[in-house]
Amino acid sequence: MPEIRLQHLRKDYGALTVIEDLNLEMADGEFTVLVGPSGCGKSTTLRMIAGLESVTDGQIMIGDRDVSQLEPKERDLAMVFQDYALYPHMNVAKNMSFALRLARMNKSDIEKRVKEVAETLDLTAYLDRKPAELSGGQRQRVAMGRALVRDAGTFLFDEPLSNLDAKLRGQMRAELALMSQRIKKNMIYVTHDQVEAMTLGDKIVVMKFGEIMQAGTPEELYRNPANKFVAGFIGSPTMNFLDAELSEENGVLQARGAGFAIPLAEDRKARLQAHKDRKITLGIRPSSFAEGSGGISMPVILSEYIGAQSVLISELGGQQVAIEVNTVAPIRAGESREFTVQGDEVHLFDPQSEAAL
Amino acid sequence: MSTARANRLTPYLFLAPAGIVLLVALFYPICYMIYASFLDWNPSQRIGEADFVGIRNYTKLFSDDAFRESMWVTLKFAAIVVTLEMVIGVGLAMLLDRNIRGMSLLRTLFILPMMIAPIVVGLMWRYMYHPTVGIFNQTLESWGFAPIPWLSDGGWAFTSVIIADVWQWTPFIFILSLAALQSLPSSAIEASKIDGATGWQQIIYIKLPLMLPVLIVTLLLRLIDSFKVLEVILVMTNGGPGLSTEILSIRINRTASEFRELGEAAAMSNLLLIVLLILTFAMFIYNKAQEIRAERMRAAEEEA
Repeated sequence: MPEIRLQHLRKDYGALTVIEDLNLEMADGEFTVLVGPSGCGKSTTLRMIAGLESVTDGQIMIGDRDVSQLEPKERDLAMVFQDYALYPHMNVAKNMSFALRLARMNKSDIEKRVKEVAETLDLTAYLDRKPAELSGGQRQRVAMGRALVRDAGTFLFDEPLSNLDAKLRGQMRAELALMSQRIKKNMIYVTHDQVEAMTLGDKIVVMKFGEIMQAGTPEELYRNPANKFVAGFIGSPTMNFLDAELSEENGVLQARGAGFAIPLAEDRKARLQAHKDRKITLGIRPSSFAEGSGGISMPVILSEYIGAQSVLISELGGQQVAIEVNTVAPIRAGESREFTVQGDEVHLFDPQSEAAL
Repeated sequence: MSTARANRLTPYLFLAPAGIVLLVALFYPICYMIYASFLDWNPSQRIGEADFVGIRNYTKLFSDDAFRESMWVTLKFAAIVVTLEMVIGVGLAMLLDRNIRGMSLLRTLFILPMMIAPIVVGLMWRYMYHPTVGIFNQTLESWGFAPIPWLSDGGWAFTSVIIADVWQWTPFIFILSLAALQSLPSSAIEASKIDGATGWQQIIYIKLPLMLPVLIVTLLLRLIDSFKVLEVILVMTNGGPGLSTEILSIRINRTASEFRELGEAAAMSNLLLIVLLILTFAMFIYNKAQEIRAERMRAAEEEA
């Protein structure tokens, strides 16, 4: 299984440039997730890798082979589609074995392979059924099965879970994670769901307007987002962004805004010197608030009790703020509570460029 | 009358005018024709004056070589034109199912023949097939080939009417196939590309099987139509030379107007009607079977 490199990839539709200059490397056996909002070019990128979309310029290297002008079938890949893309007129066994039959593999080998994969996916009982006679989750598994029997070098997934209901999605996500651990192949997965991205990916690539905003491990992206977009996209509930100003008081650097002043950790001081007395955007994750006396007093406007946690909607200096707290009993709206924020848990962004400081 | 009863009757009231029109315009002539087929009836007589001859008209038909020949020509004609039209129509649809500049104009051009009145088509082809001034023979001659007796030789005449019919009706199959093709799930076709299918394999294993329901209905519709074809052949050859292009509807026309055997013509019409009814029922049953299958699948899906 070779590594995959996208080099200066470009995609135009007529006069419209969807992707201008995309560069990305995916290591051997890595599970890469392309994530971003609708229209960010993630699906287009995947379809270019698959060969379903032509490449306007640039190279797609799989190992040391430039596949960008090759037919899909010459690229040694398998793909799972958003709408499953099963062949409606073939039963499950035929769907799964289609590629093998085209490759003129011998019949008993095909049967064996299909049986093996069907067993791992719990599909043995359905091999004779047509796709229309299956539930959404079963169809999804057939689509996976069709990709798995191929034993291709690279697996592509185009939002494979987005047509399932929430419960099934969670279940399939876990199955996918197990599968990827077991077969260790190159996997490229497209989703707009950051939870899927975080839980499945070895590497996450956050995209926006056809550009890569940041690529890294889930932890890197969560802890050190490169810009405001990534910070807002990764993590749930979404990070709070507040207008603030960087100021120094008694030798301690502070992010000061309406109604709050958060002292920043000493080790950030050198890096932030240039931004002193300037406006900044302060990013605080809802989970970075901790209840404690001596903190910032904030009113609880709305309380969403989820069980072990509650998400409180509050207000700070005229700006709405979400706070995630552990709860024993539901917190009632209308109360006022005090919260502290650790200086090393806040993120600072340049208000103009939105880059992390 | 209670309101509930009136309400129940309302739909029938609204349907009544259409029902009456059907009765007068369809049911009455058919009954008339069935009755007439048992008569020895000459156009100079009123129907009441004609002699009742039982099923003699029918028995006579089956021993009539000319009728048998005509039946054979009709079957041959229908089989050949429908096969050719299906192959060419579906083939063209496969070729033109792509987005290149000017394709929509090309598609419109392709369906033009279908929009021309059959009489005009017949005349047009008759002039083109004309032995001396027709474009085909003129072209052949200018290339140094011998002219072809397009409409004056039995074998050629049959070929000529087939060519004209294929020219006019292939577009019908073409537009229906194209519509079917364009409504196929694009992701299934993409999946087959990833699975390694070549263009031909995509057509044979994915596109054609998925288009099949539409193709079957199209085929039956065309088959029904091709049994009824009249004007184009009437204008081009009037059934000749000999009986080489005398399809059933021309035979019926001649029996009625030339041989003045209205009873026999009615018997032939009834036989043709039976053939068409069988085809129509085949289509109806096929559609019903499709519906039942879809229903069962939906039920299975809900259960799953």
